[in-house]
Amino acid sequence: MTTMLIAERPVDVDAEGFLTDPAQWNDEIAEAIARDAGIVELTPRHWQVVRFMRERYLTSGTAPTIRALGKESGVPVKELYELFPKGPAKLAAKIGGIPKPKGCI
Amino acid sequence: MTELLEAPVAAEPKTIEKVAIVVSHGSLEGIYPGLIMANGARMEGIEAHLFFTFFGLDAIRKDRYEHIKVATVGNPGMHMASLIGVLPGMSWMATKMMSKQMEKLDIPPIPEFIELISDSGGKLWACKASVDMFGLTKDSFVSQVEDVITVGDFYELAAGGQIIFT
Repeated sequence: MTTMLIAERPVDVDAEGFLTDPAQWNDEIAEAIARDAGIVELTPRHWQVVRFMRERYLTSGTAPTIRALGKESGVPVKELYELFPKGPAKLAAKIGGIPKPKGCI
Repeated sequence: MTELLEAPVAAEPKTIEKVAIVVSHGSLEGIYPGLIMANGARMEGIEAHLFFTFFGLDAIRKDRYEHIKVATVGNPGMHMASLIGVLPGMSWMATKMMSKQMEKLDIPPIPEFIELISDSGGKLWACKASVDMFGLTKDSFVSQVEDVITVGDFYELAAGGQIIFT
């Protein structure tokens, strides 16, 4: 674990840049991580996915699967991949300031 | 005239950019690994192709893909005497138990999984040799199947990526 400066704030991240403490997160950090991952601007649809991921993780302790994300976030699977081409679940978790999802699905 | 110039040394790729997965078995336990690997690839942003051959075609056949069963006979992994495996209802029961377990892990049933992979941008292909052998046509398959292709076409699609046989 290392401490990194994201959006001018020191945050603890793992080797892949996922925040290890969700409490250190804010909207500016989300935008900075998104830009770094090639998403120039977070649209309201991006935010919908990111907030869903984050809320689900904070209430249940695990990040939702891609199946759950497609069914319950209000954004269908096809659009999820358009919004986050490099992997919606992983990237939304990273932007949302929660640990990397551990499941295989 | 061709001349070999000093070739630049290519950097070792650090990530897998593309996978082409062959699904050759038609049982539940024969089909799922390929689907899970294809979906997992897309989740990592990796390009994924699924090539269904022989009984693996059952996974994309309109008339069969909702009725895929666990093989209870000739399957040492079941730890069950084949004589018991042949009893009526055994395959049904094993399938039901396994499906329930998978649902708990949020692994979708095969029809939904096929749709999920397709929606994720994974491409599904049927093997021409098998299609001809079973007397099928493109119309025999679910709408998510891109096309019926030859082995040669498959290798072209797989070029530059990893091939996984299941």
